[in-house]
Amino acid sequence: MNKRLCLGLTLLTFAATSTLMAGGTLRIITWKGYAPAELVKKFEEETGTKVKLTYSNNEEMIAKLRATRGGGFDLAQPSQDRIAGVQAKFHIYKPIDYSKIKTGQIVPSMLDAVKKNTKVGDASYAVPFCYGTSGLIVNKKAAPDAKDYSALWDPKYKGRISYRLKRPTLIATAFAMGYDPFTAYHDKAKYKEIMMAVEKKLIEAKPLVKNYWANGDQLLGMMRSGEVTVAMGWDNGGWKLHDENPDIDFVAPKSGALGWIDTFAIPARSKNVEAAYQWINFMLRPENAAYFTNKEKYGTASAKASEYLKPEIRANFERSFTKADIDNIKWYPPVPAGIEEIEGRVLDHIRAAR
Amino acid sequence: MSSRHFRLGFIIFLTPVLLWLLTLIVIPHIDLLIASFQAENDQGKLVFSQENYRNFFTDSVYWYTFVRTAFYSILVTVITFLLTFPLAFYITKIASKRLGGFLSMLLLLPFWVGELVSIYGWMILLRESGVINYILLGVGLLHKPVPLLYNDFSMVLGLVYMSMLFMVVPLISALESLDDSLIEAASDLGASKFTIFTRIVIPYAAPGITSGAIVVFMLVLGDYLSPNLLGGKNSLWFTEQIYNEFIASFNWNQGAAFGFLLLLLSSAIVWLGLRMSRQRLDKAVGA
Repeated sequence: MNKRLCLGLTLLTFAATSTLMAGGTLRIITWKGYAPAELVKKFEEETGTKVKLTYSNNEEMIAKLRATRGGGFDLAQPSQDRIAGVQAKFHIYKPIDYSKIKTGQIVPSMLDAVKKNTKVGDASYAVPFCYGTSGLIVNKKAAPDAKDYSALWDPKYKGRISYRLKRPTLIATAFAMGYDPFTAYHDKAKYKEIMMAVEKKLIEAKPLVKNYWANGDQLLGMMRSGEVTVAMGWDNGGWKLHDENPDIDFVAPKSGALGWIDTFAIPARSKNVEAAYQWINFMLRPENAAYFTNKEKYGTASAKASEYLKPEIRANFERSFTKADIDNIKWYPPVPAGIEEIEGRVLDHIRAAR
Repeated sequence: MSSRHFRLGFIIFLTPVLLWLLTLIVIPHIDLLIASFQAENDQGKLVFSQENYRNFFTDSVYWYTFVRTAFYSILVTVITFLLTFPLAFYITKIASKRLGGFLSMLLLLPFWVGELVSIYGWMILLRESGVINYILLGVGLLHKPVPLLYNDFSMVLGLVYMSMLFMVVPLISALESLDDSLIEAASDLGASKFTIFTRIVIPYAAPGITSGAIVVFMLVLGDYLSPNLLGGKNSLWFTEQIYNEFIASFNWNQGAAFGFLLLLLSSAIVWLGLRMSRQRLDKAVGA
């Protein structure tokens, strides 16, 4: 009896693992919201491939892929600036075969920029998916004067301020203080100096902060309830809140919103490369890309999606960005190795400061 | 013959345990230990170095975080004990058997939903626009909402809540075997309630208290969720520090060193606690 049970269990385990290995699954590590359930369902019906999602962020994506040397997932979605340095050091991605991508679907300038920024040796490692900016999310009724990152350390808003204790905040602070951290990327001594100044500023500003938000939903919740009136966050979050409460909106800061592009990259030991390419082409198909943008309000890299977009999407953008604001967007250049360590130390100091 | 038989069975049953320990615990730890003694030189090569450990002692931030974590872990352990001891005493000695069983069941219930869900439950209760503030405002006790969430108070609250079960179970099992006649005899001989408590109940339950305290202390020290979600801008926990080294700074060597320091220092604290209470680890764990 016992033996039979044992045998049965072993068979069951085998069966379970073999269905996983059957090649019918696509394991994606991505950001929350980047794979809407409806599109996943549509893709599964179209291709017969089962999609398995893991939600993450840049840092965790890199750490997980580094731990498995590029295994465990078939497709990842890191930001374009976090690919080249990491790839040169840890070799966690496969080069992209652009002949398998329907490049006609993609905005050419964005594709070229991503190709250039993710180049290691002769190969490039990513395909653009969506873009957006970080800036201020402001409750305009409570904080009408919040126009720049400096509102994050304005005593007027004491206890009603929130931001993420991550690298975008450090970089935004540096810009608001008049530095240019991006040009200092390759001069470590200079970058360290800037970060020291930023550290001092943010430690001084600590008593004014309500809390350091850890995930987007948490921030939206606090903005909704009015517990926070000035925050640093992503444009799409601000626009989502604007739909519910017209007082809240995304504001492009005076010293420049921080522009990012998130991509598709294929981990080095991806077991289902074919499905990964299928997914990339599927997600950039105009109607699918537009569905994603209409729902999540991120900008899309898909060239012809605009005809399917709702009018509010354009309105959002025009409300928050003047022509000058757009020209002033600071796009993240690729992060060279060693920068994260300097920032890590600074973040530790800020978090532990009294 | 029978002894050989026993031996064979012993080996068969021991092998998986040893393999488990070796492959999943010992080898990764050795790997981490080696990593903790390596650091990148200026060319980006990994070389042997004590820098990771030196950083801990020279940069006051890390020291401070560690001491804070240790202090709060001890505090949480003490509070948990103070809250659960009367409870355990009531369940085992005063309540009827059926009521006692029912009460222990109630204690167990919150653990069926998992730590993360209970933490979110607390967040709903405590936040500025949350249930508690809403009621206090409605009753008129408050004129404007008090921020209860995102500070050390909410963090300790969450940690105590999550630890209570691990203290109450060893306490109940220790107190259950305490013969009531001992208490009655002491009482007959004229001992006051306080004397009975300090001279009979506490010493008898000491192994249970010790094992509960060790488990709670270790769990709290190694917790990540509660400090991260309930704690405020100042509540950096040492485990978060380790996480940050691994994930945010990509500095696995530094993270490994911090991991070992946490292991060493927590062992030292447990050893010290055992020494001070004159308890023995084997007795406490066996209880």
